[in-house]
Amino acid sequence: MSLVEILCRRLAAKEPVSVIGGNTRAFLAGRLKDEPVSMQEHTGIINYEPTELVLTAKSGTTLQEIESCLSESRQMLPFEPPRFGDQSTIGGVMASGLSGPRRMHLGSARDCVLGVRLINGLGQHLKFGGEVMKNVAGYDLSRLSIGAFGTLGILTEISVKVLPIPEKEQTQVLQCTQAEALDTLIRIGRRPYPVSAASWIGGCLYVRLSGAASGVESAAVAIGGETLKDASQFWSSLRDMTANEFNSGKEWLWRISVAPTTPTDAVDAFCFDWAGGQRWITASPNDLSPFELAARIGGHATCFARDRDAGTGMQPLESGILRLNQRVKDAMDPHGLINRGRLLEEAH
Amino acid sequence: METGQLVAALATGVQSDRVLFREQDTAPYECDGLTMFKAKPKVVVLPETRDEVCHVLKTCKALGVPVVARGAGTGLSGGALPHADGVLLVMAKFSRILEIDEDARIARVEPGVRNLAISEAVSHLDLYYAPDPSSQIACSIGGNIAENSGGVHCLKYGLTVHNVLSVTVALDDGSIVTVGSDALDSAGYDLLALTIGSEGLLAVVLEVTVRLLPKPEEMRVVMAAFDDVTKAGDSVGNIIAAGIIPAGLEMMDGPAVAAVEDFVKAGYPLDAEALLLCEVDGTKEEVADELARVEAILKESGATMLRVATNEEERLLFWKGRKSAFPAVGRISPDYYCMDGTIPRKHLSLVLRRMREMSERYGLRCANVFHAGDGNLHPLILFDANDPDEVKRAEDFGAEILELSVEVGGTITGEHGVGIEKINEMCVQFSSDELTQFHTVKAAFDPTGILNPGKAVPTLNRCAEFGKMHIHHGQMPHPELERF
Repeated sequence: MSLVEILCRRLAAKEPVSVIGGNTRAFLAGRLKDEPVSMQEHTGIINYEPTELVLTAKSGTTLQEIESCLSESRQMLPFEPPRFGDQSTIGGVMASGLSGPRRMHLGSARDCVLGVRLINGLGQHLKFGGEVMKNVAGYDLSRLSIGAFGTLGILTEISVKVLPIPEKEQTQVLQCTQAEALDTLIRIGRRPYPVSAASWIGGCLYVRLSGAASGVESAAVAIGGETLKDASQFWSSLRDMTANEFNSGKEWLWRISVAPTTPTDAVDAFCFDWAGGQRWITASPNDLSPFELAARIGGHATCFARDRDAGTGMQPLESGILRLNQRVKDAMDPHGLINRGRLLEEAH
Repeated sequence: METGQLVAALATGVQSDRVLFREQDTAPYECDGLTMFKAKPKVVVLPETRDEVCHVLKTCKALGVPVVARGAGTGLSGGALPHADGVLLVMAKFSRILEIDEDARIARVEPGVRNLAISEAVSHLDLYYAPDPSSQIACSIGGNIAENSGGVHCLKYGLTVHNVLSVTVALDDGSIVTVGSDALDSAGYDLLALTIGSEGLLAVVLEVTVRLLPKPEEMRVVMAAFDDVTKAGDSVGNIIAAGIIPAGLEMMDGPAVAAVEDFVKAGYPLDAEALLLCEVDGTKEEVADELARVEAILKESGATMLRVATNEEERLLFWKGRKSAFPAVGRISPDYYCMDGTIPRKHLSLVLRRMREMSERYGLRCANVFHAGDGNLHPLILFDANDPDEVKRAEDFGAEILELSVEVGGTITGEHGVGIEKINEMCVQFSSDELTQFHTVKAAFDPTGILNPGKAVPTLNRCAEFGKMHIHHGQMPHPELERF
């Protein structure tokens, strides 16, 4: 019996089921209550058509395998997914819904998803969306399931939009305060420059330009600053949070997602990404005030601390939205069997 | 329920001149852009405040009366077809642009604001709203949310779902929630993605925050003619394989070119079997680079003619041809029926060949316009609505095209929505369990099913009936042809 069949049967028999991919994101969104099953053996790229800009893979396929397959055709996953280890799978990437620096330019993990197959809480293996760019048949349950940490269904196959690797990339570095960086980005954002990432860390603004060589070069001149030498290393250290600044010691690491133009004095961030839309702060262990801070400024907070042992670390939801979240969970997993303990604290 | 009773109940919370119920007043609302389906609503309400919308919803929920929301009524799938026993909630009066934040590059608008009006309102700031359905002069942003509308620039700039930050909606019980936010993502499930494209079955849109983009410094378009559709299709693949994502990539077949050229005089070559329009945009330097590469690829792919628009006027003329394809076809036929399948592009020539066979079999002409970059095909079936037999043949022809789209790994609708039009074909694309899952998600938002009932997702009974009808119609057409 295949893994998918086993999981379907267990759910159909109303047995709780928890799944993980490479288990590199276990520190996010709460601890699983039940012993998880790994999807790692459910692996393989099912379809890849470079000229159709679509790749479909089983959820246990590692990010590494997918990215190396894509790079052979000079293509990439547009949302530059972070990885926290070689074992990261496409299923885990999509279940957590995290996106890297390129998100501000080419869209998020959810934006790039074209379709999924998933096992719902009744043990039914269902397919939503597809392998084409435009598809509005039925509710968009494929994008709904991205970032749901598996709680709406176990992802078994994922189709993503892929894009060509840009002909040229170049990063400009400008020394400035965080507030000045935000002002600069507001100015740059009004111009049609091929900006593919914009981040402030360690007293410098980093602006990455991607595209046709001529366009990148002319924009670099307009933006000014110095050209960064080890740019790809810099961006992956930001993407994977391996840069020194992310080593918070005993402090807890928090991600605050806000409107990119939110003033810098509203959040005491050591780094921002997504042109200001994603800010990183630290707080004392067990200090949950980042939730209040985020709510006050119209955003939301996620705790990235690895030694957190209670709660989900996810922003509490406002009551109307919480009710809808719980009802959607009930619709997809009526007996509350999948990934108990994750994401929605009060759901089941 | 008696009309009088319903009107009285609505009038307790809606100004009386905003409630229409006399036949001469409701008649103009009997259909949307898909005129093949008509129904007179029992009552039409044109609310002007949120309180009025919420009152309508609460009243209808209490009385078990269906509510169909309508924007500009330009939809092509009958999504805003009124319910004969229900209320048609016309959101046209919600037409204010509430806020433009040029620093954040966002606009906050009411649902009745026209798509193009957003771009016009921010044009002086050198910003624009990217999704551009052909009906953008008239269609409203609320309708765009309902349908997850696309346009000719989707491959590079995405659909509605990629360009909206948040939506404030009224739920079935009259409560108001905002899904999404000014941040780039939100806590909890992605209800924004779920709401967009839900065809008015989950909630009524009250306010939308859209993302604005800086206008490209330059846009250039090249026109290429081919003596063979396959070559044209392959040239699209070759452009993409070269790492270029054009801003627009549109194809028309011979019959579409002929209809358009006769109407617009865009300078399209009449002897072409297929015509391609490829637009590149960006900074001046990028555009010059990409344009040269695109031209070389098109030449190598066998284009028999290449023309780059030399100025902005000519660029707009080239596009005017494409954007006038529907009315142009409308001139050569009393009626036309526009389909909306999306297919993997590699199957284009097979699909076009099969459609030519269907065209002969049904005895109806067909012209094709194609968002070639993203595989979204709009066959236009020409027929005469005064001839019941032609109507029937047009419907069957259309249904067969949609089924063919599914067969080759595509979908029955790329951007027009299911509405009432493609509801039977949903039974072909989805299994019973999948359809049931859609129904339970619908019930999560609207347990009593008052919002746009009977649209978008068929009941299993309907599919069973459709299945029987299908077999009754006889064998699968052309059993000898290869299938996927």
